[in-house]
Amino acid sequence: MAYLELDGVAKQFGAQTVVDDFSLAVGKGEFISFLGPSGCGKTTTLQMIAGFLDPTRGAIRLEDKDLTAIHPAKRGLGIVFQSYALFPHMTAAENVAFGLEMRNVPRNELAERVRAALAMVGLAGYEERHPRRMSGGQQQRVALARALVIKPSVLLLDEPLSNLDAKLREEMQIELRQIQRTIGTTTILVTHDQNEAMSLSDRIVVMSQGKIEQIGTPQETYEKPVSAFVSQFLGKTNDFAGTIDRTAIPARLVAGSWSAPAPAGLSGPVTVSIRPERIGFGDEGLGAKIVTRIFQGNHWLFQCDSECGPAIVIRQNDGERQPAEGDAVRLTWRPEDMSVRARTVT
Amino acid sequence: MSGLAEERNARAPWALTAPALMLFVGVLLVPLAMTVMLSFHDWGQYKGIEPVFILKNWQEIATDSYYAEMFWRTFRIAILTTLLTALLGAPEAYILNRMSGRWKSFFLLVILGPLLISVVARTLGWALLFGGNNGLVNKLLMSAGVIRFPIPFMFTETGMVVALAHVMMPFMVLSVWAALQRLDPQIENAAMSLGAGPVTIIRRIIMPQIMPGVLSGAIIVFSLSASAFATPAIIGGRRLKVAATLAYDEFLNTLNWPLGAAVATLLLVALVLIVVGSNALIERRYAEVFR
Ligand SMILES: Nc1ncnc2c1ncn2[C@@H]1O[C@H](COP(=O)(O)OP(=O)(O)OP(=O)(O)O)[C@@H](O)[C@H]1O
Ligand SMILES: [Mg+2]
Repeated sequence: MAYLELDGVAKQFGAQTVVDDFSLAVGKGEFISFLGPSGCGKTTTLQMIAGFLDPTRGAIRLEDKDLTAIHPAKRGLGIVFQSYALFPHMTAAENVAFGLEMRNVPRNELAERVRAALAMVGLAGYEERHPRRMSGGQQQRVALARALVIKPSVLLLDEPLSNLDAKLREEMQIELRQIQRTIGTTTILVTHDQNEAMSLSDRIVVMSQGKIEQIGTPQETYEKPVSAFVSQFLGKTNDFAGTIDRTAIPARLVAGSWSAPAPAGLSGPVTVSIRPERIGFGDEGLGAKIVTRIFQGNHWLFQCDSECGPAIVIRQNDGERQPAEGDAVRLTWRPEDMSVRARTVT
Repeated sequence: MSGLAEERNARAPWALTAPALMLFVGVLLVPLAMTVMLSFHDWGQYKGIEPVFILKNWQEIATDSYYAEMFWRTFRIAILTTLLTALLGAPEAYILNRMSGRWKSFFLLVILGPLLISVVARTLGWALLFGGNNGLVNKLLMSAGVIRFPIPFMFTETGMVVALAHVMMPFMVLSVWAALQRLDPQIENAAMSLGAGPVTIIRRIIMPQIMPGVLSGAIIVFSLSASAFATPAIIGGRRLKVAATLAYDEFLNTLNWPLGAAVATLLLVALVLIVVGSNALIERRYAEVFR
């Protein structure tokens, strides 16, 4: 049964609908990511759960209780803001202690929990530091400790890692995931970084212009995107224009010189979507010429000019000889690696 | 060669600032030094100013309790004015900051508008409202039977404090406003999500963070109030003198320039000491948080 449930939630600012018909059921202990481009309504949705904004329509329930009827100060959610919003006039320990003070936790227990929370995020010994004297990563940890120390029913994270440099972000991702696994807090993470969403979450909610495009595990959304938007947004992809010919027997899916048995259902013009790392070079298939070849350490990136337009191919650097720039090649892939959608001809 | 270039480079800043520096020395430092010197000169009803070095004026100020009382009144009025502007101005700035777009700009204009009107006109407005039997408010209240005698406003310290606070309010509001702009826009939400109510948020999160703004506003208001001339002159007149109006009278009515200069110098020195001292205190107190 769903722990946190959003049911047809919508938010309007004046005439502008920012979030529309947002329905999601989050299980207890689950790690969910809201993923989408800037301005798609991720923060707005999160703020409605937090209670800083009231939904225009729809219901939000936590353990079957109507959350929107509860004042934000009484919801008991842990929130980490994009800007951290630490209290600059308090030390790290005072920041973390604030939520416990509001709950009238006895002195001894409070001190112990603050110490444990700071130790958990790797900040033991930084108790007396003021936020302005800490690095971005350290501030981020204080914000996380401050949100977690109150033992929140749900942890809401609004792009908490976006201010960190690439290396630190990766470290924090691993740490965040570990902490979440250890204490098992139901977590919603807002991000526009697809790698972050994929490496951290149990399920991803891909959003576009206030609407849910797809909900699924990282693997599902990556490998079986339901729309062009999802496949484009989750990493690089190749979209080839193809046709399904039902007159042939058996029916065939054709894209340039590449063809395969047609999948069931569709017919006529379709889009064939295939990830660059699933394409190989073979003796037959889609005709292409290699325009550029870029060495990227553990893999090669090829930009090709194919019969169906530009294509990118990624090959593992496994010691095999790779085609050179200017070579004519044939691109092939297994039918189960592609996803096929109906295409409207313009 | 390079030594020459370096020398020229070292001189360049001086050369470039020279015009402004000369203006500064010419119109500020020289008159200031002359005022200080003047305060050591002698003066007599019939002999006028005598350029000698004596401590007569300073002795008079130090021994005559009239001056002590007058300086004490000056600073008392300045302190009360500062307290009043802080008490009203800080909440005013906070409320203003929470208003939405259009209202915010409208009320900001209302608050800053008075700065465009001369201090004399603004103070005379108070005189028109509360000045004796003919003051508009007094007349109305008396004819309504609420009061039997006019509210004492003119020639009172209370009147001076109220009128000064009105004049100084924009400085306090602007100073607190600037501090509020530095707050993280999500800081109140953060406190709320941790379970804090509105009173706790203001007392424990907002107040400590805007305190430097309140204090720097207080320094501005205090020094401007202590050296204010127009408002005390109109409200206090001849009866209730403060340092600035006393110095003015010594210069232009009694023509005892040296004594006036001594009063002015003392006011300046006291103000500089107070402002620099409190500034240092504030900076030390908030160094941890706002570096
Ligand atoms: N208070 C508001 N009034 C009017 N429009 C708003 C308001 N807050 C947000 N919006 C609009 O709602 C849309 C979604 O905003 P939101 O902050 O939820 O985006 P986001 O997905 O979090 O983007 P980002 O990744 O840039 O943070 C934007 O187009 C924004 O302009
Ligand atoms: Mg956002």
